[in-house]
Amino acid sequence: MVEQVRKLLDRKLKNALQLEQLRQTILNDKDSSRVTVSVCGGTGCRASGAQAVVDAFYEEIEKQELQVKIEFKETGCHGFCERGPVVVIGPEKIFYQHVKPEDVPEIIAQTVINGEIIRRLLYKHPATDEEITYESDLPFYKRQMRLILGTNGEIDPTDITQYIAAGGYSALSKAVLRMSPEKIINEITRSGLRGRGGGGFSTGRKWQSCRVAEGDIKYVLCNADEGDPGAYPDRSILEGNPHSVIEGMIIGAYAIGSNQGYIYVRNEYPLAVEHARIAIDQATDYGLLGENILGSGFDFKVTINKGGGAFVCGESSALIASLEGKVGEPKAKYVHMSEKGLWDRPSLLNNVKTWANIPLIINKGADWYTKIGTDGSKGTMIFSLVGKINNSGLVEVPMGITLREMIYEIGGGIPGGKKFKAIQTGGPSGGCIPEQYLDTPVDFDELKKLGSMMGSGGMIVMDEDNCMVDIARYFIDFLKGESCGKCTPCREGLSKLSEILNRITHGEGRPEDLETMQDIGEILDIGALCALGRTATNPVLSTIKYFKDEYIAHIRDKKCPAGVCRKLIEFSIDPEKCTGCGVCARACSTKAISGVKREPHVINQGMCIKCGACFDSCKFNAVIKR
Amino acid sequence: MTKYWISSETSVEINDAPDVNAVHFNVDDKNIMVSAGQTIYEALQRMPGIGEIPALCYNPAIRPYGACRLCTVEVSEDRGKSFRFVASCLYPAKEGQIVKTNTEKIRKLRKGIIELLLARCPDVRVIQELAKEYGVEKPRFSLGGHDCILCGLCVRACQEIIGKSAISLVNRGIYKEVAAPFYAYELGEECIGCGDCSYVCPTGAIIMGSNGKPVLPRVKIPYAEVGAMTSKEKLSTSQK
Ligand SMILES: Cc1cc2nc3c(=O)[nH]c(=O)nc-3n(C[C@H](O)[C@H](O)[C@H](O)COP(=O)(O)O)c2cc1C
Ligand code: SF4
Ligand code: FES
Repeated sequence: MVEQVRKLLDRKLKNALQLEQLRQTILNDKDSSRVTVSVCGGTGCRASGAQAVVDAFYEEIEKQELQVKIEFKETGCHGFCERGPVVVIGPEKIFYQHVKPEDVPEIIAQTVINGEIIRRLLYKHPATDEEITYESDLPFYKRQMRLILGTNGEIDPTDITQYIAAGGYSALSKAVLRMSPEKIINEITRSGLRGRGGGGFSTGRKWQSCRVAEGDIKYVLCNADEGDPGAYPDRSILEGNPHSVIEGMIIGAYAIGSNQGYIYVRNEYPLAVEHARIAIDQATDYGLLGENILGSGFDFKVTINKGGGAFVCGESSALIASLEGKVGEPKAKYVHMSEKGLWDRPSLLNNVKTWANIPLIINKGADWYTKIGTDGSKGTMIFSLVGKINNSGLVEVPMGITLREMIYEIGGGIPGGKKFKAIQTGGPSGGCIPEQYLDTPVDFDELKKLGSMMGSGGMIVMDEDNCMVDIARYFIDFLKGESCGKCTPCREGLSKLSEILNRITHGEGRPEDLETMQDIGEILDIGALCALGRTATNPVLSTIKYFKDEYIAHIRDKKCPAGVCRKLIEFSIDPEKCTGCGVCARACSTKAISGVKREPHVINQGMCIKCGACFDSCKFNAVIKR
Repeated sequence: MTKYWISSETSVEINDAPDVNAVHFNVDDKNIMVSAGQTIYEALQRMPGIGEIPALCYNPAIRPYGACRLCTVEVSEDRGKSFRFVASCLYPAKEGQIVKTNTEKIRKLRKGIIELLLARCPDVRVIQELAKEYGVEKPRFSLGGHDCILCGLCVRACQEIIGKSAISLVNRGIYKEVAAPFYAYELGEECIGCGDCSYVCPTGAIIMGSNGKPVLPRVKIPYAEVGAMTSKEKLSTSQK
């Protein structure tokens, strides 16, 4: 219907009124008696089989001719990826987890048609075993504030009319038709929004310096490189709500006076690329991109560029080099990119999340926005909460929430009754924060004070089974591999840090190692060319600071207290507890365990490769790891 | 009238007339005046004895690159309230700034960089000399067997001066090295045998071969062995 109306008019939206009329038509068109069924089609849920569930729904709806009764859509990521495939049945938002294609006929017959709940598909509280029916009651969602991600679960990202129905492009219309560039920049500055890509620079100030920079050609860039292992908020937004990013970019472009934008997106994100491309095409069709946007006289185009595939390509100067078709290596930024960026023209680079915040601020105003968050950090932040945590997934929280609330309320605590040890924020070059600082609010400056950072939204929880020396080794090895190798401190320093950490975890640590590593840390901190090198030592320095005992245990006592570093542990069998069942002997791949049935067994240390199979297989806890 | 130093011993007194083509600033407590449009390092090249800045990846004929980081200095643009660390080979000389080239922190940084470079290239004379100057005795790390410090001068000379790009820097991190197109070590057609790369090389890592073409330094582990650069157990070249 909407399509027909538009075709009938056969023209682009020419002014604000037409946009509002279109929105009204779409809304009126919506039959509120239809039951909405949304299946999460984000990459996480696709990985657990969402596509088959979607197909099953289509088939079943067709078979039973339920098109008039059901409004079915495949949406972007709902955040609770661990429970995927996720199906949400509205308006009351019944939440079904781990849905399989076989469940679909039952969901339609019972829940959609008869309004009955299928208990087996409900989420069960890990502590109380209580079944939870509605999405909003899930502890995972309860403490969140999903200003940006909320829309993800409600719209089909490949259909612009759904974004428009949800209020989309009203900020654009307000900005380009009723606000001056100065007023927009002022509003963004007042909102206190800080860049969500890692640096935390004031977005308004960045826009202002780009606006005043000389040059008639300027560029607007979106950083969707997202190279942090395990973090995926940017992907989810681009996949699930690409129009919010594009709308933000158009407003930014209008504010600084740019007519060309680029989205630099990581090559490994095919779905994000596809959805962004569809969104750009549709927005262009509707006259929201292209020439004379909404009759404002302002022109803007967006092009997608696929990334060079390295972590460092997310760094602003490397990103520009990569966009220009050169090797993605950082350059010194003594002339700011707001003056000389892409092809030496003034360029405005913001992160995906930063862009997605813009329509919100324009619509609701800086005064509203500043009410959320802390003094120095406003609004919400999106993290991927992963690691040793019950509820992992994408969470959006107001700034100022404490790490403890994130871990224990949203994350549901540590699985298996284990003890919390540390949380790493800010991606691979973030620091590890220990228990005693869990009441720290999530805030750019507070995290930095602790030797970590906000970064781009990574958050990894570690428990007593994690060895902090091994964690530091892991991240340094990652960063060593990602260092572009241009400057000496980063290239050589990380390689030496990695060498030392590998030695320590192999039981060959030396007393002077800690000091040597701290020295390298200082060299990188002040000497490295780009922020990759400058922040790379956070994982080492923070673990030395907060978990020195563990380093000393490795170096002096040649022990790994967490039992992770293989060279430093030994498995043995407690003869008191061993029943001689022989399970461990069968589990051992090197046949290092011997013994007579029903008599205590023993491990031949010479043959043991310390794989831990016996430890995991023993039902009587008779295997001792030391 | 202000006194400006033109070398560590000589100074001149100059009327403070505004001059858009000049930049006045302070280096290690001496006021200096240089023509505008230069980097700090360039400017100081013409001021013997003022400032003390080592550099390895710099060559006056080639655009600065900022890779070795030895030329790092402290710069203040707020009359000394706050200082930051910048590479002087790239940082523009600006009116009124205060530059410190030899603070304790800078010396510690340079010493650290030299220690790292000496561990990479224990047999290279220039590095050994710098090590002596900065009091680095024996690196605390395992030693490698390289001659190349990856300053990129050869690659930049070939591209900027000769206009050929017969060699380039390939790969990343510790696996970075100088190679011919398609990751070959033998130079092909593109190389005209001018020898410029060998001439600008600060460490003598590139020598001209009997075929009239340069012999490139080789990182000692073949690429195939390290796979797709994931760092796993196989460590750097320097692990022996
Ligand atoms: C090694 C490195 C990797 C980075 N990766 C990203 C990234 O993946 N996405 C991103 O938005 N910013 C990344 N940044 C930060 C960018 O350089 C830049 O600060 C940011 O995109 C600016 O946008 P913002 O002001 O909206 O945060 C990275 C920085 C460094 C040093
Ligand atoms: S700090 Fe590391 S990543 Fe950045 S320029 Fe230097 S070598 Fe490259
Ligand atoms: S000379 Fe400036 S970084 Fe090497």
